[in-house]
Amino acid sequence: MGRTLAEKVWEQHVVRRAEGEPDLLYIDLHLIHEVTSPQAFDGLRLSGRTVRRPDLTIATEDHNVPTVLGPISDPVSRAQVETLRKNAAEFGVRLHPMGDAGQGVVHIIGPQFGLTQPGMTIVCGDSHTSTHGAFGGIAFGIGTSEVEHVLATQTLPAYRPKTMAIEVEGELPVGVTAKDLILAIIAKIGTGGGQGHIVEYRGEAIRKLSMEGRMTVCNMSIEAGARAGMIAPDETTFEYLRGRPHAPTGAAWDQAVEYWKSLRTDDDAEFDTVVTIDASTLTPFVTWGTNPGQGAPLGSVVPSPGDFADPVQRSAAERALEYMGLTAGTPLRDIQVDTVFVGSCTNGRLEDLRAAAEIVRGRKVVTRTLVVPGSMQVKKAAEAEGLHEVFKAAGAEWREAGCSMCLGMNPDTLKPGERSASTSNRNFEGRQGKGGRTHLVSPQVAAATAVTGRLTAPADL
Amino acid sequence: MTRTDLSEGKIIMDAFTTHTGRAVPLRRSNVDTDQIIPAVWLKQVSRTGFERGLFAAWREDPSFVLNDPAYAGATILVSGPDFGTGSSREHAVWALQQYGFRVVISSRFGDIFRNNSTKMGLLPVVLPEEVVERLQSAAESDPALEITVDLESRQVRAGDIEVSFEIDDYTRWRLLEGLDDIGLTLRHADAIGEYENGRQPWLPTTV
Ligand code: SF4
Repeated sequence: MGRTLAEKVWEQHVVRRAEGEPDLLYIDLHLIHEVTSPQAFDGLRLSGRTVRRPDLTIATEDHNVPTVLGPISDPVSRAQVETLRKNAAEFGVRLHPMGDAGQGVVHIIGPQFGLTQPGMTIVCGDSHTSTHGAFGGIAFGIGTSEVEHVLATQTLPAYRPKTMAIEVEGELPVGVTAKDLILAIIAKIGTGGGQGHIVEYRGEAIRKLSMEGRMTVCNMSIEAGARAGMIAPDETTFEYLRGRPHAPTGAAWDQAVEYWKSLRTDDDAEFDTVVTIDASTLTPFVTWGTNPGQGAPLGSVVPSPGDFADPVQRSAAERALEYMGLTAGTPLRDIQVDTVFVGSCTNGRLEDLRAAAEIVRGRKVVTRTLVVPGSMQVKKAAEAEGLHEVFKAAGAEWREAGCSMCLGMNPDTLKPGERSASTSNRNFEGRQGKGGRTHLVSPQVAAATAVTGRLTAPADL
Repeated sequence: MTRTDLSEGKIIMDAFTTHTGRAVPLRRSNVDTDQIIPAVWLKQVSRTGFERGLFAAWREDPSFVLNDPAYAGATILVSGPDFGTGSSREHAVWALQQYGFRVVISSRFGDIFRNNSTKMGLLPVVLPEEVVERLQSAAESDPALEITVDLESRQVRAGDIEVSFEIDDYTRWRLLEGLDDIGLTLRHADAIGEYENGRQPWLPTTV
């Protein structure tokens, strides 16, 4: 029987296999940021260990950084960033600090440098590491103990997860984005639907996505509970990689492409689970609740807890409506927001900013609107196209690169009771600041919402 | 949690054999790690002091179950499905342990949380949803009820409830012995070196 893409990549990385033990898996790239690494480096020091492969490791500062110029004012955040600098210097790890041209959100910089390539194993102490699977590798988030493990050994013991195919048939209608697609997928399979699986996104609609759209989809695999998400590499992938600083060149490029082309699920391979979605029926999708599975088409209404047959879902919906301050039956388009956030590792890339700029061009925003590029390179590229002028002319704030309002760890937060339309990936209680209420949306819906102050699709303008 | 001897393959976490304690029923699903420990608590660079951040937002509500004196000193958390979803923050495990929990019972866990737990000696026990609910009801009607979680026999016992749970042999062995994963892996340093010699030549380095 044939093998799936996930199985092929996994097998290629098995260092050691023994009966009754997890496989020992080699890790090709280890991404590091300031939040989940300090205790791991401490562990190395305590045990007199070193970083086995600093040349397969790269660090950036993203979660704590303010997105306005100037130093970090919070002393605790500053200490954490300084700890990363000290550790990177001591252990010889390449670091892109605040202000550096290569700095940015950890999952934006890997692909941008061409360090993320097909067939690789990539880990990071961050659950959205699944983003990198868009290139056809196995990429997953790990905890601090595992960060230490990878630093010390460049391997991880792991059982191979089950495989799931998400077949997205048909084409996405005009105005429906990768973000709408992944939100609809999570609403369909639930926040635990992918648990224990590596998901491979397949089908016509996936093949037609740009690399950036594919990253948006893979990014949120974890919100469906999946260990990782991946997409088979194709011409779109190779075109994206060609010429990037760390992509192979010359004969090595040809050799690599030949191998990359073999990275596809064999026709006779079988997945443990198969889910099918018809892309042509999708419309802009937003969340109304406090987990990413609590979403609905923008054209619908806030559901009633009674709509859910499952008692667990019913009580979760009840709680979510209370936290979100919403009444069942309210049209989603009537929900007023205080803040719009465009950014994060889900939607902080150049295409996202272009899409949002197109919508606010020549218009004015009526809410506080933060536009935060995912990396300094994205910022530079956007400015070269004049996107920053478009945003500023509309009254939006154009910021420095970082995680920003995706999580409440830096100065960009919601106040208690404030409501946002956010292009990030988590609408958990308090995720964007204590008491904050988050609606997850695409960059297009975010921009249109900024213009009207209510959840809005561009087509409504 | 102890990190006493970090030399090769030695104990870095409390070994887990069997544990008996009282339980807190947490009747919520999708208890994500942002709830277990909010992001502001993640700025610390040490490994201690996280118990104060455990469920920080929810604990402000006097009616939250952890604020009920009847459950003070309980060591087993019995939660609704999808516990520990979301962020990879191991701080969630540290917070639960430092608060005093040794076991979390749920019908489904986030994969990363479950991994993190077993690295630290916090035992995640998966039981069917209806058993979880029976345990929650039992702990609600009698907060003094003692639950025994026996890793050796893979059993949970409480009053007239007696159920088996599944855990793979390798993880169970590591927990029973309290073994350091890194030390175990370093025993295979030769195999790692050999693998490295055969890696594809075009793979990128960060230098
Ligand atoms: S942008 Fe958000 S999800 Fe992405 S790494 Fe930063 S905090 Fe995590």
